[in-house]
Amino acid sequence: MSEIQNYTLNFGPQHPAAHGVLRLVLELDGEVIQRADPHVGLLHRGTEKLAESRIYNQSVGYMDRLDYVSMMCNEHAYCMTIEKLLDIEVPERAQYIRVMFDEITRILNHLMWLGTHALDVGAMTMFLYCFREREDLMDTYEAVSGARMHASYYRPGGVYRDLPDSMPQYEASQWHNQKEVDEMNKNRQGSLLDFLKDFTERFEAYVDEYEILLTNNRIWKQRTVDIGCLTEEQAKDLSMTGPMLRASGVAWDLRKMEPYEVYDKLDFDIPVGTNGDCYDRYVVRVEEMRQSNRIISQCIDWLQNNPGPVMNEDHKLTMPERIDMKQDMEGLIHHFKHFTEGYMVPEGEAYCAVEHPKGEFGTYIVSDGANKPYRLKIRAPGFAHLSAMDFLVKGHMLADVVTVIGTLDIVFGEIDR
Amino acid sequence: MSQYYSELSEKVTAKLASIESVSATVAHGELTIEVSKENLIAVCETLKADPELAFDTVIDICGVDYSSYEGSMACQTRYASVYHLLSVTNNHRIRIRTWLDSDFPVVDSVVGLWNGANWFEREAFDLFGILYTGHPDLRRILTDYGFIGHPLRKDFPLVGQVEMRYDANKQRVIYEPVSIEERVNIPRVIRHDNRYAERELAAMAQEAADAKNTAANESGDKA
Repeated sequence: MSEIQNYTLNFGPQHPAAHGVLRLVLELDGEVIQRADPHVGLLHRGTEKLAESRIYNQSVGYMDRLDYVSMMCNEHAYCMTIEKLLDIEVPERAQYIRVMFDEITRILNHLMWLGTHALDVGAMTMFLYCFREREDLMDTYEAVSGARMHASYYRPGGVYRDLPDSMPQYEASQWHNQKEVDEMNKNRQGSLLDFLKDFTERFEAYVDEYEILLTNNRIWKQRTVDIGCLTEEQAKDLSMTGPMLRASGVAWDLRKMEPYEVYDKLDFDIPVGTNGDCYDRYVVRVEEMRQSNRIISQCIDWLQNNPGPVMNEDHKLTMPERIDMKQDMEGLIHHFKHFTEGYMVPEGEAYCAVEHPKGEFGTYIVSDGANKPYRLKIRAPGFAHLSAMDFLVKGHMLADVVTVIGTLDIVFGEIDR
Repeated sequence: MSQYYSELSEKVTAKLASIESVSATVAHGELTIEVSKENLIAVCETLKADPELAFDTVIDICGVDYSSYEGSMACQTRYASVYHLLSVTNNHRIRIRTWLDSDFPVVDSVVGLWNGANWFEREAFDLFGILYTGHPDLRRILTDYGFIGHPLRKDFPLVGQVEMRYDANKQRVIYEPVSIEERVNIPRVIRHDNRYAERELAAMAQEAADAKNTAANESGDKA
């Protein structure tokens, strides 16, 4: 009988548990992983190169398409870097709106992550529960920007427009009669903030529901506890950020360590894990959803009582009011210049990062003084996390690969760029 | 913030003085140092090991091609490798820029110091053709299998060089030269904006006034 040797298994790029287009070349000894070699780049669109050929504001839309489950956070990092180079202020109301939508995005991202991660591991119900709540949050995206996913709502200098006074309504159809539709539209009668207020009150109970299903579930624990462990030193060495780092016991969160926008005025806690395994990362992310919920309700209270501008008033850099464009000569010139030439960003370089749901998402812009970035580098958290794949799965069983991919919370839009 | 980074800048230059006299600048509340490529590893070792600096995480490594740079900054050579480091322990950041050879950009790899640097260096190799010596596995990462060229170099066309389609006769995917043409809707322009000059002058005046005040306070304290 011939000697049994290691064999190589190709996993993906078309695999439902690969979370997109990940191709993993696994070297197995029986069912134990000896080496994992992720092949990425199948979704490479050259965002960085494209941004070099477009004026600054045109690239905001590309940012949505990087990590396409946490759209507004990507825009946020990009806009903050430009604001840093331009040295301009963002009105306080716009800062609150940004923080509120960052946290909505965080919940959106974590719900997506929880649903698909649980589905990979074998819990079907979670997926249905999580997508139910995502629907409400997607509607807030739609109400504010007109698009359910790729919002391009943030702009350097503020946000595109103020929060709307009404929510989109369901309409009667052959599947839902008027009576059912009235019931569905019940919490959509007021403004966006009223709808969100209602959501934050409901959401805590939803998270309890998820936890009842998973937190003490024997099968869930068997699949996640002590899988893909990272110590504090290893996590830092492998460039981990966000929940991946926090689950290893490091209390590191940019919202607290380098507070941007209005995070220093808000009250929230940072959950930290102890073992750094998949289960701890689950617990950390679930708690982050509760904390995000707290932040959103604080933002709603502030926004309801403090009307004001949402865009920087320096119209050499930001879009003027439509009424000014129609009635005022200078407004017309500003509008024309803004859309035909853009604005020049002074020479220099800057790096700005936000606490993205997945980790530290940063953009590094080198400007030579032109209306287009000279070089834009996007620092995607998922890229660094996936690079640790080989380290994390070595010695684990084949089934654990799926758990580890899930726990990394990877999205190929940002990894491949 | 800037205050903290000016102090850090002095600390860093003092600690690196035995290796080389690095030029440090603080702009937008960020510290940038420029290091020669020969001393990069020694500098990084110091930055990582010194407990007051303790840069334990590499946040990003990227290449920059300065060949069509039109600003006033003096570009020594065509390529640069830029490192962003973060100290989780001490909560500060640093940016290191190393100028690389224009014809054959090569620099020592920092994977030995931070394992997280592995894929970042592969990416810079793929997109700019920067070679990192000592890297354990320097393969392409983002581009297609069998890709030719380094797409983020400034002389690489935006539309690329080849396009791919399925050929029904040959029953396989084939590569052909691109059929689309590059077009520029909004030209790239640089205007020298007086507002920034004014802002810079105001900032300089403010700084001078601050320095005078601190000097006055110090002399007052002494008296």
